[in-house]
Amino acid sequence: MGKLLLDHDRLAATLAEMTRNIAASAPSDADVVVVGIRRRGEVLAQRMLPLLKRNGVTPAHCGALDITLYRDDLTTIGPKAIVRGTEIDFDITGAWLVLVDDVLYTGRSVRAALNALTDLGRPRAIKLAVLVDRGWRELPIQPDFVGLTVRTAADNIVKVKLAEVDGADEVELA
Amino acid sequence: MSSPGEDRPPWTHKHLLSLEHLTREEIVYVLDTAESFKEVSTRSVKKVPALRGRVVVNMFFEESTRTRMSFTLAAQRLGADVLDFSAKVSSAAKGESLRDTARNIEAMGVDIMILRHPAAGAPYDLARAVNCCVVNAGDGQHAHPTQGLLDLFTIRERKGRIEGLNVALVGDIAHSRVARSNLDGLLKLGARVTFVGPPTLAPKVFEKLGAHVSHDLDAVLPEADVVNMLRIQRERITSNVFPSTREYVRLFGMNRQRLARCKPDVLIMHPGPVNRGIELAADVADGPSSSILRQVTNGLAVRMAVLFLCQQAAAQAHAPSV
Repeated sequence: MGKLLLDHDRLAATLAEMTRNIAASAPSDADVVVVGIRRRGEVLAQRMLPLLKRNGVTPAHCGALDITLYRDDLTTIGPKAIVRGTEIDFDITGAWLVLVDDVLYTGRSVRAALNALTDLGRPRAIKLAVLVDRGWRELPIQPDFVGLTVRTAADNIVKVKLAEVDGADEVELA
Repeated sequence: MSSPGEDRPPWTHKHLLSLEHLTREEIVYVLDTAESFKEVSTRSVKKVPALRGRVVVNMFFEESTRTRMSFTLAAQRLGADVLDFSAKVSSAAKGESLRDTARNIEAMGVDIMILRHPAAGAPYDLARAVNCCVVNAGDGQHAHPTQGLLDLFTIRERKGRIEGLNVALVGDIAHSRVARSNLDGLLKLGARVTFVGPPTLAPKVFEKLGAHVSHDLDAVLPEADVVNMLRIQRERITSNVFPSTREYVRLFGMNRQRLARCKPDVLIMHPGPVNRGIELAADVADGPSSSILRQVTNGLAVRMAVLFLCQQAAAQAHAPSV
């Protein structure tokens, strides 16, 4: 059992606060598109839709991105890599695209996601939103919107649990 | 984020030689993975880098157009480099020359060999001779696993399930590796399989493999959910196994009249290339019940999944355990 970073209510409040900041930065003359990295980023992206609307921004589309085929560690994670498929059935070219993930750590997932997205089109901008930034980047990648910044040791595990996937909402440091 | 602690990976085979060695769960896993790869082909950039830097070699010792193209495109969509090797083999000393050829090709740094060969069992020989992955693209009358998988994929896509379906395979069962690979997969996934053809082409001995055998197509059709019309393989038939083409068409050809005897939602399949007017009338082949072109499309996704999974399993075997 690790240390509880966010409980159910604080997770909801953190996500709401982050979404407010996104809404405030969204340009009024662009299609806002939200894309979550599978799986928990996808869940967070889905939850952000009504929050964005409440803040006056109606996203044109919401999609899910599977980065398995773009990972640089495919040979070491091997057959545990499960390809779940990308569901982006709209054109992202020209969109103001918010890329959502649960935890930002080495930056390699985001790197893979950026490559996957550029194969799909040319957004006007890609903004990165993460629920937790735990540091220890291995690539020059920084988030635009952060729910919670945590100081961690390299071997810590930050576990984001979401009801849709894990049965409960909480963030834990182990 | 990678989740630790998932014990047994769902796929551990670096070779795909036949469906007979696979479990039901493994077959379903390939089909599920192929679903994801289908989406790649709908993008404007129809490419992902999962096999970038890998080398795939097509080794075709037998004629093929669509299977070779399908494997080539599948490998290219995964970002691999593809080499083509074709050869007419003298029937003598096949085993030796195949191994020697393969070792030479492997020495150039090949990751996956795709083998089509007229001798049943040749891919097994090859898999023992080389360290890279081997995918069977058809060996003699033995197996054609990716065709079996793409047929399963197409049935599942159109029918929503495979378990409990009545599937008829019609025609030249005796010479057909497609029939064997279909049988292996369909039985594991819970379908009921009936082989239909004249006694010379659909002998009763196939009942030992778990299929039903019938020589009366018209009796089988009303119950069938899927009818897979196999190609009459003239190049494989040496003796006269049926009196005349015309008689074969009359007894076992699929046409509009026979289609009317089938269930309204029957799925008519054919592995291609079609002998139009022999096993399949043109209007049925091009009609709404036919899935022939969809099979070709799905074949690409299935082969992408197979190449990806085999390569992953091989990489994992070499990787240091984390």
